[in-house]
Order: sequence, then structure tokens, then C-alpha cells
Amino acid sequence: MTFLIATSVVVLAVLAFVGFGPSVAQRARRIVPRREPREEIPAYDPGRERRAESRARELLRSVVSAEEYAMYVELGFIALDGGEGDGGYGYLLYPHRPIVAFDVHNGELLNEYCVGFPDRSEPSVSQRLPDADDVLAKWMSLRAGERELISMANMHVPGRQLDPGQVARDLIRLREWRARRVGAAA
Amino acid sequence: MKLVRMKPGHGDVLLAEGDPAVSEDEERLIAEFRRQLDLGMWAAVPTAEGTRREATMVRDFAEVPRDADRVVFFPPAAGG
Repeated sequence: MTFLIATSVVVLAVLAFVGFGPSVAQRARRIVPRREPREEIPAYDPGRERRAESRARELLRSVVSAEEYAMYVELGFIALDGGEGDGGYGYLLYPHRPIVAFDVHNGELLNEYCVGFPDRSEPSVSQRLPDADDVLAKWMSLRAGERELISMANMHVPGRQLDPGQVARDLIRLREWRARRVGAAA
Repeated sequence: MKLVRMKPGHGDVLLAEGDPAVSEDEERLIAEFRRQLDLGMWAAVPTAEGTRREATMVRDFAEVPRDADRVVFFPPAAGG
């Protein structure tokens, strides 16, 4: 009797599996969401980044003045007059750092403007432009529409992200660098 | 005229090149220009007057000076 019941259960189970198995599996696949393939972010490649920076520098060199390009290469930033050049203030453009506004007469730091140019058009690759491209994007945006860019940036008092002492030293380096160039040209 | 775009991991890449006075070239340049703007890129035209360098932002191909050498596309600014 027990043997008969056990056999019946096994037969019923096999029939149920054959009969309903595919539709149950299909329903389960519909219920359990398919895992999206992970976005593959390419591994950091210092050689590729270096080549990109080299190309970006060529573009920068072809757009900004010779003095501004030399400033970027030798000092690591570009100093730019604010307004039409008679506003009494200027900007320091660092790669991937906030734009710093300063008083051109006494070197006092005025504000930090946090702004970036993340490339979100292709989420699977890095969003970070090469350093020279980032500086050039800031330069072109300020030259073409200073007010628009500044209104878009998050404004902070000096010292939020950049060490004010380092920026002050950069302004001294800039003054000395310009004096050397004037001396060399004379 | 060249249309170039800043790209992460690449530096600038050439998107299109042609003479806007030639209608076929102009169509190609306009199509690429629009495609970049649709991707959300900003477009700037670098200019030079003597030693002073400037840039102008453009939002339509018609705003690009006919004698411009280049239009540079780059990602839009975002507050950091």
C-alpha cells in the first residue's frame, strides 16, 4: 500500500514538472528582474591619460595666448583678468580645482567658485577631462560669458577647497614669473 | 572649418571638417553641430585679435562666423 502511494506521488510529481515546469520557469523569469550588465569603466591607464593631456595641451596652446600657455606649463595654472580687464580682480584657473577670484592690486583672495565640466554623455567611460582641457573649458567659459559661468558655480569663501596659503604663494610665483619674462624680453 | 570635441581619456577629437561654403560640407557640419548640442555639449569659437585671445559661445551653427577655423565642443559646466 505504502509502495503504491509513493509511486503515485512520484508519478504525479513527474507529470506536474513536465506539464507546468516551462510555464512556471517563464513566470519566474518575468518576476525576477534581469540584472542589468554592469557598466564597465576602463581601468586607469597612466599612458592613455598622459597622451590625452599631451593632446589637450596642444589644443590649449592653439587657443590661449602664448603667455597664458607658458603660464600653464610652468606654473600649473592660468591667471585671467576679470571683467574687461579693468575690474580690479582676476581669476586663477587650476585644473579640476575651484576657480579662485583675487584682487589684482593687493592679492587678497575674494572667492572660490566650484565648477566642473563632467562629461556625462557616455556614462560608461570616465567623466574627467584631461587637466589642460578642464582649464581651457574654464578659460573659454569665462571669456565668453563670465557672468553665466560664475552664476552657475557654487561660491564659497577662500579656503574651502584650496589652501589660501598655497594660493597666496602661487600669486607671488606669478608675479615673479611675469617679472622674469619682462626682464628676459627687455 | 573643424569641429573638435574635448573627450575624457582622449584630449580633443576631430568630429567633422569641411568648407561651409560648399553645401555638402555645410550639411555635414550642421548635422554634427546639432548632434553635439543634442548630447548637451557647449560650443565655443576661439578668436584672436592681435595677441589677445577670446572665445564666443554659440548655440546655433548660424552663429558661427563663416571664417572660423574651429568650433570646440565641451561638456557643460556644473556647480561642483
